Amino acid sequence: MKKVHVQTTVNGEETEFLCEPRQSLLEVLRDVVGYTGTKEGCLTGDCGACSVILDGRPTDSCLVLGVEAEGKDITTVEGLADGDTLHPLQKKFLEHAALQCGICTPGFLVTSKALLDRNPNPTEHEIRYALAGNLCRCTGYDKIVRAVQDAAAEMQGR
Amino acid sequence: MAAQQEHKFKVIGTRPIRHDGVDKVTGRAQYGADINLAGLLHGKVLRSPHAHARIKSIDTSAAAAMPGVKAVLTAQDFPEIGPGMAAMGELPINPQHMSLNCIARDKVLYDGHVVAAVAATSPHIAEEAAKLIKVDYEVLPHVQSVVEAMGDKAPILIPGLGKGEDGEPTDTNVANHLQFARGDLAEGFAAAEVVIEREFDTSMVHQGYIEPHNAVAQYSSDGQSTIWVSTQGAFTARDQTAFVLDMPPSKIKVIPAEIGGGFGGKIPIYYEPIALMLSKHTGKPVKMVMSRADVLKATGPTPGSHIKVKMGADKDGKITAAEVWMAYEAGGFPGSPVGAGCMCVIAPYDIENLQIDGYDVLVNKPKTAAYRAPGATNAAMGSETVIDELAEKLGIDPLEFRRINGAKEGTAQPAGPKFGQIGFLETLEAAKDSDHFKSELPQVEGRRVGRGLASGFWFNAGFQSSATVAINTDGTANVVTGSTDIGGTRTSCAMIAAEVLCLKAEEVHPVVADTESIGHTDMTGGSRVTFATGTAVYEAAQDVLKQLKERAAKSWKVDADKVVFQDGVFTCTENGNESMGLKELAGKLPRTGGPVAGRASVNPRGVGPGFATHVVDVAVDEETGKVDVLRYTAVQDVGKAVHPSYVEGQMQGGVAQGVGWALNEEYVYGEDGCMQNTGFLDYRMPTCLDLPMIETVLVEVPNPGHPVGVRGVGEVPIVPPPAAIANAIYNATGVRMLDLPMSPPRVTKAILEKNG
Repeated sequence: MKKVHVQTTVNGEETEFLCEPRQSLLEVLRDVVGYTGTKEGCLTGDCGACSVILDGRPTDSCLVLGVEAEGKDITTVEGLADGDTLHPLQKKFLEHAALQCGICTPGFLVTSKALLDRNPNPTEHEIRYALAGNLCRCTGYDKIVRAVQDAAAEMQGR
Repeated sequence: MAAQQEHKFKVIGTRPIRHDGVDKVTGRAQYGADINLAGLLHGKVLRSPHAHARIKSIDTSAAAAMPGVKAVLTAQDFPEIGPGMAAMGELPINPQHMSLNCIARDKVLYDGHVVAAVAATSPHIAEEAAKLIKVDYEVLPHVQSVVEAMGDKAPILIPGLGKGEDGEPTDTNVANHLQFARGDLAEGFAAAEVVIEREFDTSMVHQGYIEPHNAVAQYSSDGQSTIWVSTQGAFTARDQTAFVLDMPPSKIKVIPAEIGGGFGGKIPIYYEPIALMLSKHTGKPVKMVMSRADVLKATGPTPGSHIKVKMGADKDGKITAAEVWMAYEAGGFPGSPVGAGCMCVIAPYDIENLQIDGYDVLVNKPKTAAYRAPGATNAAMGSETVIDELAEKLGIDPLEFRRINGAKEGTAQPAGPKFGQIGFLETLEAAKDSDHFKSELPQVEGRRVGRGLASGFWFNAGFQSSATVAINTDGTANVVTGSTDIGGTRTSCAMIAAEVLCLKAEEVHPVVADTESIGHTDMTGGSRVTFATGTAVYEAAQDVLKQLKERAAKSWKVDADKVVFQDGVFTCTENGNESMGLKELAGKLPRTGGPVAGRASVNPRGVGPGFATHVVDVAVDEETGKVDVLRYTAVQDVGKAVHPSYVEGQMQGGVAQGVGWALNEEYVYGEDGCMQNTGFLDYRMPTCLDLPMIETVLVEVPNPGHPVGVRGVGEVPIVPPPAAIANAIYNATGVRMLDLPMSPPRVTKAILEKNG
């Protein structure tokens, strides 16, 4: 299948790649560009493990084609930390033990960041609503919600 | 073994950041599907579209001719494995069934059974090629309910499975029947003031790990093979693959990748032998990743079941007799966890007269696998709701009723052995004292609210583990184990070593090794890692300590028994009390005899069983049948909690899975025997929005069989939720739910029936 040239921005870096028109953004990120932090859980947009931020919106990258990334701005889990300095969400996920197996964690972090970017002070219900598209089978969500609450508080200087 | 009495722990019981944490929040951690090798090919399979059919012929020519396709395999390319049982660790396995489950030979036994495999230069080409394989099937009648499968007229899945009185093979779908019995049932029921008898149906459910199965395999022409895989056990994956491919296990090296959830479902193998055979046929490494639909259709669900429970109690609330009959879906091959179900059902109670019958029954559904306290949750749905009803009829508080009958040290389990030191009664006391239990029921406008309670039991496992602990010259330590880490066990093992060596948790670096770098270690399962591998780590660390004492003694020219170790300092009890810190001694090792490393291999027997008591408040919408969980408290005897956050996490995760099992999750099959809900949209697991915060109460009754008092904690928290929620729904609506899941249509129907 003939490949298409795509120019995009991933985690702040100008990135270009060649992909087949049928390849999803998830497949391109993982297998072409090399960002394997974004995970595959279902390929049907039901689990959120492949969440990225696409032009400011949390998006299931399995439901977007690689060619649609042209001219877009993409943030993956690899783009959250600033060098060795973890994002407050990453720090709080660790402090609250908000991950067990860790496969859903990149998706939760990315979706949580998108939430806090647009709503820095969410209620518990708003957090649960925002994260309802991300499945976690290990934690029962309790510690994830607390980690997001705590990260929001820290980022607000509370 | 005296450490737990003598010591106030410094590291155990604290909450350090897990060692693999940064890798897992930055996306660096490598799971099976993240492995990439030069020249990598991609494998895909073709699966049966029928629930039961004979394979007449397979034509692979069109697939093989497709550009980019490098190999197409059927069962004919795999060794034919003969009948008979083998041992994997302590567990009996059937290599023939294992082989036929990986790839069907003459018959397919369920929708999604693998019939052929393709390797190609891209996953898309492999998938397209698989669709070009033509299979000629003779479709056979199928059977999917255990009750029907046990009947005389049922289609037979595996001929000759049974044994007649003359020892000759007979045709039956009942792969196994086991029974525990004691006392006199008739006498027991005669002595009862109230007898309750109920029948239950529970649906097949899936473990629901978010990471699909995967395998990357590389076959070398000298026969030495390497498999990278997300598995619950590197050694068990190796041994199973060796059985299926008729290879010596020593020829296969399994490198465990990070694992994205397992819950029992990643103990069996699926793609490991197929990827390895594709690699053998192509000379290239081959990667296989399963689709979500295939995970649901064809990997390890836990059985649906038909359960009958009859229990009687006298007017003082003492249970006089219990009779339990349970038939579990094995799936296409024998091996449901009905035995474990029999061991666990009614095990929290001291009952003199009992009979428990369990049947392992073949049905045309995927071969079942372990799922968190396998077999115990559906069993508890039966026993714990009947107990609730008995208590109600006798006018006794359900918690008090459980206390009256509760097992304690010395109580005989249904399976025979007597309990050692256990904490069931302590969980009841703690539940009674919880804020939740003492609180008023919350009111929700337009809903009926109710509170329910249920208890659960899981026996926990020991099994084989190995560990090495080595001291670095900077005074830190490395801990190497063979236990894949699903939920923080690296850290619990490191903490145990740190406790022994008076180091900080962060000064111990834990490593999960491949099958060539550590002694045999059984799978991560049975709530056994912090117990058994933790024991190996404790002993290996003690070995290190002994050697360090000898080294200090040598430098002070005294006998080793004249050296004591306390708070990280070695002190000589003679010659003027010289002392030296562990770090100082570690720095001197190269010049005082060389490195120090300790090792231990164990098969510990002092397993400490786990008990849990859960309290739940629900709100029921009588019009739609939707049940909302308003508040949930899980109380559990966890033994000594090494890292309390991850213990709480196990409890909360178990509750969430139990809530899903209770309210929504089920396998839906059509008339054609094919699964109809093969995605997370329709196989509905709890989301963030479906659950409240999950409160936990850790009761710590130490296990005397473990050096720091550890019991297993992972499994028992899934056992009580369905029964607790059923009891809460009754409390709210007056309706006894007998089937799982208690989904909106079922609840509505039950309410309508009650209201006439």
